[in-house]
Amino acid sequence: MIRILVDPVACDAYGYCAELLPEAITLDEWGYPVVDGKPLPPELVDTARRAARDCPRRAITLRERKGGR
Amino acid sequence: MHSVSEAVPTTGRYRLLGHPTDLAGHVATLGPAPLRSGSARGWHEAFVSVLEASGLAGRGGAGFPSAIKLAVAHAAGRGGTIVVNAMEGEPASDKDKLLLIRSPHLVLDGAQLLAAATSAQRVTVCVPAGREQVASAVSLAMAERAAAGCAPVQEVMVRPPDRFVAGEESALVRWVESGQSLPSFRPDKGTPLRIGRKGALVHNAETLAHIAMIARTGPDAFRAHGLVEDPGTSLVTISGAVEHPGVVEVDRGTPLIDIANRATPIGTPQALLVGGYGGSWVDPVHFTTPYASLSLRAIGATAGVGIVIVLGQDACGLMESARVAHYMAGQSAGQCGPCVYGLPAIADDMTRLARGHVDSGLMARLGRRLREVDGRGACRHPDGAVNLVRSALGVFAADVADHVGGAPCGRGSRPSQLRFPQTTRAA
Repeated sequence: MIRILVDPVACDAYGYCAELLPEAITLDEWGYPVVDGKPLPPELVDTARRAARDCPRRAITLRERKGGR
Repeated sequence: MHSVSEAVPTTGRYRLLGHPTDLAGHVATLGPAPLRSGSARGWHEAFVSVLEASGLAGRGGAGFPSAIKLAVAHAAGRGGTIVVNAMEGEPASDKDKLLLIRSPHLVLDGAQLLAAATSAQRVTVCVPAGREQVASAVSLAMAERAAAGCAPVQEVMVRPPDRFVAGEESALVRWVESGQSLPSFRPDKGTPLRIGRKGALVHNAETLAHIAMIARTGPDAFRAHGLVEDPGTSLVTISGAVEHPGVVEVDRGTPLIDIANRATPIGTPQALLVGGYGGSWVDPVHFTTPYASLSLRAIGATAGVGIVIVLGQDACGLMESARVAHYMAGQSAGQCGPCVYGLPAIADDMTRLARGHVDSGLMARLGRRLREVDGRGACRHPDGAVNLVRSALGVFAADVADHVGGAPCGRGSRPSQLRFPQTTRAA
């Protein structure tokens, strides 16, 4: 099961991630990404990889996680 | 600065405060620190099992079981640093200052014991810049120990900046390593900290004093106090609307109101603030809640750092919370957007609420901001501020209704009953 992790120190609110992946990432009122925290549906994994790759601050990583939180 | 004092002396067999301050008196009363004798491996195992049996949990806020933390650090390898965290960034906490002024050798003994147990090569004591009374007590104690040969590994003191987040363990280790007082993003909080390529084990000063006592008395003397699931004593700083503010040593499990009563509240308390500025307000219906991790969690509070603040009847809990929110916003390390922008926004919402300047969208906006900021920083600084504000909205719900209805209580113009460092501008 894959989850999206945002490094809040690196993130500078470019917001590309939320444009690419609105299904899992929304922006708060200051433009910083809020990840819903749910496991990523398999059909979105490729897009999530792209979001991680395209982040100008390299603030997004995808994590393989077992089980719950 | 206000004077640091003990409110009322505690009596009992096991206690941290009340021992002689000088090395000769310390050793004459408590005996020398029971450092390694025999094989290193056997001593280490015995030391860890004593700590495990004691059930000691860290007293710096997170409440992590000390023996587990030790085992993790030991696995991280030899040659590292024991970092003594005496940063005590909570403005309403004095316990670590008092402990280092009164019983510096107890804290340093605890650090030496951990150094022996983890094969660390250095003890680094972190005392914030500007706290000269604490620093001179530590310097004097270190000089006594070096002269008497009581410091098997080198003891040094460093002076990080006096800021709220400077004592967050990753920020502290980073400051020791590189002079940057900034928390690190660590998705796995259990990952051992490092200074260069060597391990760093950070412990709160009070936790180390307990370790030094438990190593001498054995686990049973510690367990003679407190609860089975949360044993021992804790240092708690009491302030606010009380006759005798100061530090007390209490058994874990002591009802909150009994702790407050040690400092003689002025009138009947309106509420208690437990755990500091990242802690929670507690309503009078919960005043008999035991001061213990599980009981506090059950009412949405945490033991946090040992702090109980008494709010008098003549204060506005919402205005006091707005002041705390502004203070916390000003103490952000400035790294993470949700903290940098979210905390000031939340603090402004709270000030509007406290003043009764409530627009129709305010409560919904504040609720959304609290949800959005919670858990989104590299460290838990924003979470603490969110927790404090949320608890205020619950405990002072009747005031919230009046303030939203355009009839604020009017107590908000009174001087604050809380303590803030003088550099901070309150709401």
